[in-house]
Parts: sequence; C-alpha cells; structure tokens
Amino acid sequence: MSAATVDRGTRTSAPTPKPGKRRSMGIERRPGWFTYTLIGVFFVAGAYPLYWSFVIGSSDKSALTSTWPPLLPGGQFWINAAEVFDTIDFWKALLNSVIVSSVITLSVIVFSTLAGYAFAKLRFRGREGLMVFVIATLAVPTQLGIIPLFMLMKDFGWTGTLGAVIIPTLVTAFGVFFMRQYLVDVIPDELIEAARVDGASMIRTFWHVGVPAARPAMAILGLFTFMTAWTDYLWPLLVVPQNPTLQVALSQLQSAKYVDYSVVLAGAVLATLPLLILFVVAGKQLVSGIMAGAVKG
Amino acid sequence: MTSTLTPPAESAPAAPAPAGKPSKDRSEFRRKLSRFDLKASPYFYVAPFFILFGLVGLFPLVYTFVVSLNDWNLLTGPGEWVGLDNFAAELTDPLFWNSLFNTFSIFLLSAIPQLIAAVVIAAVLDQNIRAKTFWRLSVILPYIVTPVAVTLIFSNIFGEQYGLVNNILTTIGLDPVMWKTETLPSHIAIAIMVNWRWTGYNALILLAAMQAVPKDIHESAALDGAGAVRRFFSITIPSIRPTMIFVIITATIGGLQIFTEPKLFNAASSIPGGPQRQYQTTVLYIWDLAFNRQEFGKASAVAWILFLIVVAFGLLNFWLSRRIASGENRAISKRRAKRLARYRTEQELELDRLSAIPGAPARTGASVPLERDADLTPEERDA
Repeated sequence: MSAATVDRGTRTSAPTPKPGKRRSMGIERRPGWFTYTLIGVFFVAGAYPLYWSFVIGSSDKSALTSTWPPLLPGGQFWINAAEVFDTIDFWKALLNSVIVSSVITLSVIVFSTLAGYAFAKLRFRGREGLMVFVIATLAVPTQLGIIPLFMLMKDFGWTGTLGAVIIPTLVTAFGVFFMRQYLVDVIPDELIEAARVDGASMIRTFWHVGVPAARPAMAILGLFTFMTAWTDYLWPLLVVPQNPTLQVALSQLQSAKYVDYSVVLAGAVLATLPLLILFVVAGKQLVSGIMAGAVKG
Repeated sequence: MTSTLTPPAESAPAAPAPAGKPSKDRSEFRRKLSRFDLKASPYFYVAPFFILFGLVGLFPLVYTFVVSLNDWNLLTGPGEWVGLDNFAAELTDPLFWNSLFNTFSIFLLSAIPQLIAAVVIAAVLDQNIRAKTFWRLSVILPYIVTPVAVTLIFSNIFGEQYGLVNNILTTIGLDPVMWKTETLPSHIAIAIMVNWRWTGYNALILLAAMQAVPKDIHESAALDGAGAVRRFFSITIPSIRPTMIFVIITATIGGLQIFTEPKLFNAASSIPGGPQRQYQTTVLYIWDLAFNRQEFGKASAVAWILFLIVVAFGLLNFWLSRRIASGENRAISKRRAKRLARYRTEQELELDRLSAIPGAPARTGASVPLERDADLTPEERDA
C-alpha cells in the first residue's frame, strides 16, 4: 500500500530551516493542550456510546429508570447475554453472517482483480468506453432495484436462503475501479511485456505478475467489502427474516412488545464484538485503507 | 474459464516440434492461439464483472421502471398497464413529499455538521501530535459498530422516558425532548447516529488529502508571515477541496438512501418511520408501499424517482466540482503570475540596492528568480 498511502515520513523529517527565518520551524512544532483537548473530546464522543451500551447491557432494568445515569458497568452482562441467546438464534445468525460476508468478499475480490487488471494493464478495443461505464455506475444506486430483485427471488423460491442475500452483491463497480486505480501504477508495463516475450500466456502473466502485485489492494478491498456485507440490513431483512443474518437477528431483539433495553444493548455489544476483534487485529490496515481510498478516489 | 487458453503456450518447451509439415501447421496453430489469447483474454477478464453486474445491478434497476408502469401487486402479480399513472399519483401524494422532506432534512442535518467536524478532526490529526496511530484508530472506532447496533444504542440514549439525554436534561432542570415524537428532534437524533458513525471515517479521508499538500507550500507561506489559521484557510482548505467534494458525493448517495436508522429508531411504531411518519425517509416509504401495502407499481415509481434524484445530485456535484476546479485554476494562475512578477521586481530592486554597496555580490540577472522557480511545483511553474 506504500505506493498509495501518503508517506508520513516526509512530513516528520526535520525541516531545513532557512537561515534567519525562525518562523519556518513553527510548522512542525508540537501542538498545545488545546489540540489534545479537542481530540480528547472527539474520542470521548466516539467511545462513550459504546461504553454506555456496555454499562446498560450489564445492568438490570432498574439502571435505566434511575434518575442518575449509571457510570459503571453492572455484573449482569452474562445474565442479559443468556436472555439474548434465548430470544434469538445468535450463533446461527453469526454463522450466516460469516458465510454471507465471506462469499461476497471472495467473489468481489476475484472479479474485481480480474477486471481491474485488464483495465489497468491490457490493451483491448473498447477499454476506455467500458471503463467510463464502470466509473459512471459508481454513482448509480443499484440498491434501488430491490423490488424486482425481491420478485425474482420469490419466483425462484430462493427467499430464506443465504444465496438470495449473496447474489445481488457478487460484484461491485467500486471494486473494479479500486483495483484498476491501484494496479495501473504498481505494475510496470515492461514486466508484462517481458513475461509475454518469454512465452507466458495471458492467464499465467496475470497469475504470476498481476496477483502478487495486487495482493495489498486485495486485502484492503476485502476488508471493506466484508464490512459492507456484514453491516447490510435492508436486503437481508427482506429475503431472510426467518433465517436471519446477525444484523437482522439483532434488530429482532427490540421487536418484542416490551423492549428490555438491558437485553437489547447486551445483544448490541455481543454483535459488535466480532468487528471489535477485527478492529484490534486489522485496525491499522483499516486506517491506511480509508486513507488510500481517499487519495485514489 | 480462461485457463482453457493456456496449454499451447505452456506446453511449448515440453514438446519439441518434429521436423516436417505437421510442425509448421502446429506452430502456425500455436501462433494463432497465442494471438487469440492476446486479443480475447482481456474480454474474458472483464466479462464476469459486466455479466454479473448487468444481471444483479442494472437489470433490476431497469426492470423497476417496467414495474412502475403497471398496476402491480405483490399478491396478484402484474396487473394492467397504467403508463405513467403511478408517477402522477405519487407526485401528488403528500406522503411521498413528506418522505422526501424528511430525507433531505436528515441528510442536511447530518452532512453539514459532519463535514465541518471531519475537517476539524482531520486538521487536528494533521498536526504533529503524539500517539498518532492511537488517535487515528480512535476516530474510526464508531465505524465498526454496525448501523443496526448504532440505532439500538442511540434509540436507548434518545429514549423519551428514561433515555440518557433526557435524564441529563431533566437533572439539570430542562424539559425533556420528545425525540421520537416531534419531527425536528427525531431528525436531529437520526442525524446524530449517522454522524457518529461516519465523521471519523471522513476525517481520515480528509486527513489523507491534507497530507498530500506539499510541505514547502506551507513553509513558504509561513516565511511570508502567514499564521497557522491563515495557512489553514488559504492553503489547506483549497487544496483538499476535490476530496471534500468526493466526501460530499458519497455522503449524498448514502444519505439519500438512509434506511436502517429511521426503520429501527422507534420499535413501538407499527408504521415504519414513526406513528405520524415524522421521520419516514423515502427508502422507508418505498419499503412501506411495497412490502406493507403491497403496491409494487407505486413503490417502483418512487424508487425510480429517487434513483433520478440521486443521479441528478451526482451529476450536479460532478459539474460543480469541475467548474470550481477550472475557475480556481484560472484564478490561481493569474494570482501566481502577478505575485511572481511583483517578487521579481522586488528582488531586482533589492539587488540594485545591494550592488550599490561595495563588496556585495554582483548582480547576476536571472539567477534569483530561477532559484525561486525550482521550489515551485510543475503546475505553478506553468503559471
């Protein structure tokens, strides 16, 4: 990703001060307390709602009705979690979400890399026109086609199956665009020509030159595709309400007549844990991915 | 599927060609295959994307229009052809306009504060702060919480009876706010959910753009006596404008299709989007029409209208950004040319004065402006 991310190193390296002008040193000065206060406030605003949901999710109902909002977590989390497991089939939903998100991620990576590689590095008639088409469809809200999609799924009898959730997002225009933007700079044209001169077939060149070069971008695309598939709610709610993904199951927690928020928020905490683990493991990649997408996009 | 194209080229070294006519035929055949490989492979690589995208992305969108021309019902199936009647009916339906108003109200309440906050966060992160990685990670923590979980959490925080916000308000002696009943408060609550999840994400995008601004521009501005605030507004903001437009476009596409938050905000309401549809957004209205009232034709008409609105906004943004970019380039190049001319005359005057002093370096003509030019980026040099 180093090619795509902005190299921070160049900024932190010592500036070469022009003699007699002290002001130029000011740019790299350590910021004062005001900056830390500001970023601290944003941090609290971002983290507090999560903390709050754990506080409520680990307390009994009385915590909510007390005039003073509780500040510390209670000891009821596992009791509330047990209630969650009683109300919804949490593990089945988790498994469904893992299957759906993994298949979508794999499919998007494979097809995006293939097409992105062709657009970035191969010459063929109609390339420019087709690429303009891809870029134009970036801004097309395909999600608005849910009504015919739903009718089709119903006609085929696929509603209730995970396939119905997966199919509409097997490919994305963004994926192709992203891979193309990445590969166009990363692979030197000479390398592909050399492989060709050596008698390698096109698919062999793709496999031995394109795929290794694309690997970092594939990881980032995969991460974001997985996130998007995992968080999707509208479409799974429509086609698999009885065989829910995690998001649909989670939303069913509060559809009961009487909403017990300590149970609902315990469920929200439980459902957030898998992504929290992902965040701990791949948080840095997430950050550099967002920043890379920005420079490229 | 493309692997069928490989054998000839790969098996080439393994099978030395026997002498005579067959070998000529074979090498001829091989050359043809190789040519075919070269010409056809790109199409095989892009084809899966276009076929799948056409089937599951574009076809449903086009077919939505076909459905919208019929009196289509979930139970009875395709009804009679009604032309544009569904469109006419919806465009005069107050519920449709209500949903559009709600969508735009929530969108504006989220997009504008979000952009401002994201720029501020990015500017803070762009400074030379300690523990950079930690702060960057911390701003996208909300992003990993799914919209469903976000809505459940905030639905509780904005609860009317025992919600955190109202508890605090009553404790400090203010009146509680009816977050789920009144229109504006409900829009604000939903906008806060959207902002909470996306501000940090957008801040990182803007941060990347800020870091791409060449450092020497900042330095030379500082040399000219521009303070940090002045530099921020005169250098940073104009430089990141394309990225800001990118952020606005993505926020628009997402914001006009907001669904999860208003759907789950109030579980007690049987009508999606509040008992009086106070925060029923357009996608939620489509949902209600199609899957509660079974009016597929009308729902498709609304979906198509919303589709046109989103595309129109995309085009408008694109057009605006092109205009701003080209207009700005012209203004900048003019301004730079002027400044450069003024700088040169100043330098000349200075050198004239210096050369009057004995022992001072002799005037060497263009050497100073040349050195200055070397600091400029290519586009500046063009100016």
